[in-house]
Amino acid sequence: MSVKQGLLALLAEGPMYGAQLRVEFEERTGGTWPLNVGQVYTTLARLERDGLVEPTGEADAEGRISYRLTEAGSAEVGTWWTTPVDRDNTPRDELTIKLALAVTVPGVDVATVAQTQRTATLKHLHDLTRLKQQVMRKQRDAERVPNAETPTGDAPTASPAGGADHDLAWLLVLENLIFTAEAEVRWLDHVETRLHRESLRPFPRSGRTPEAAARAAAEDTAYRRESADHGTDRTEARR
Amino acid sequence: MTTPSLLLDEVTRVHGTGETAVRALDGVSLEVMPGELVAVMGPSGSGKSTLLNLAGGLDLATTGRVVIEGEDLATLSAKGIARLRRRRVGFVFQDYNLIPSLTAAENVALPLELDGVRAGQARRQARQTLDLMGLRELSDRFPDQMSGGQQQRVAIARALVGSRRLVLADEPTGALDSHTGEDVLRVLRERCDEGVAGLLVTHEARHAAWADRVVFLRDGVVVDSTGRASAAEDLLTSSTR
Repeated sequence: MSVKQGLLALLAEGPMYGAQLRVEFEERTGGTWPLNVGQVYTTLARLERDGLVEPTGEADAEGRISYRLTEAGSAEVGTWWTTPVDRDNTPRDELTIKLALAVTVPGVDVATVAQTQRTATLKHLHDLTRLKQQVMRKQRDAERVPNAETPTGDAPTASPAGGADHDLAWLLVLENLIFTAEAEVRWLDHVETRLHRESLRPFPRSGRTPEAAARAAAEDTAYRRESADHGTDRTEARR
Repeated sequence: MTTPSLLLDEVTRVHGTGETAVRALDGVSLEVMPGELVAVMGPSGSGKSTLLNLAGGLDLATTGRVVIEGEDLATLSAKGIARLRRRRVGFVFQDYNLIPSLTAAENVALPLELDGVRAGQARRQARQTLDLMGLRELSDRFPDQMSGGQQQRVAIARALVGSRRLVLADEPTGALDSHTGEDVLRVLRERCDEGVAGLLVTHEARHAAWADRVVFLRDGVVVDSTGRASAAEDLLTSSTR
């Protein structure tokens, strides 16, 4: 997740200091991806170096420096909203890798791996659904008593005006997690069916294939030769 | 100890005999307590519908016990089972099954009238149930004047009118879009939070997640089940930590 883009987007609303940015970010995403203040300040420093943000002035009485977007920063935010998120780099997914390995490493009970995961994911899905119910109930209650909360001041994190928007943001994040978990359960169901069909096929699966073994041996030789050329034994260094 | 609303004890249902016999359900045990919503998932042909039919007394187990609110179906006559079904069990189907020539309130009143309650009294109770479920505005509409989601919510009201506290739902969201399906589940969930027991057959994990527990069937056998979930509050704390 790009912390950089998140912070820039928040700063488009107005100047903020690091701790404020952290609170705002977490508030709108339901704390799903916690940030630490150090991370925020490191990112701000990098953004300042790249000319995307600048301090609004000197530090306040408590030593806090607020940042605002530069023109280049505003342009960057604009580009972010209008460009699709890059899906070309497939992130490493532990579960996918685990199952891919489970079907190839001899002696692993793949069906149990899939089933254990499905139970866990369903439980996660259930917990997320409960959370969603709570948020929706809160929204309904708020609709029933429209003026129960009145704006109380300028603290952005406690602004009731932003409350409904923040609930909506949290709801959307939750629903994303729900759909992701559901997709995982569906995939695991599919895995089970696929395994069952494969188990009916006449040829047993084996672990390492001769092709893979040959390719690994060739790569290993190439690697050693390259290391020797550079005068260092990287295999030794790696240990 | 509280009596389970529904108890299946080592239930087996065999269709046919000899070589061609099919075990649609094989030694399934399941308990649904008042206030609990249990989802049943599984691929086509895994025995979900058989389980629901047995749970509702529409079909009889070959071996094992089916007990509804303390009454073992095997000890009842056909008439007795029909009476128990009328008074204790509500069904919800994928295609709503409302009677087109009756209004929502009349549809909801119907099971009471069939059970001998006078028309006026039945209509009053039906309206109360619709009110309770936030469906007052639908009372005088005919099924063709309602959306699918609205019809299904009326069907849930019909399933729970009077003294019935056990609802058996077979893919109740199957014909509905994501949002409408969710409204239906919310209504079902709220009824269960009020003490009704529910058994929900679904093939969608997202919908099963509204239940307290999920039971998986494969080839007539329970292969897996999730336990009671941790409290949502705990999760909230851990996710914001």
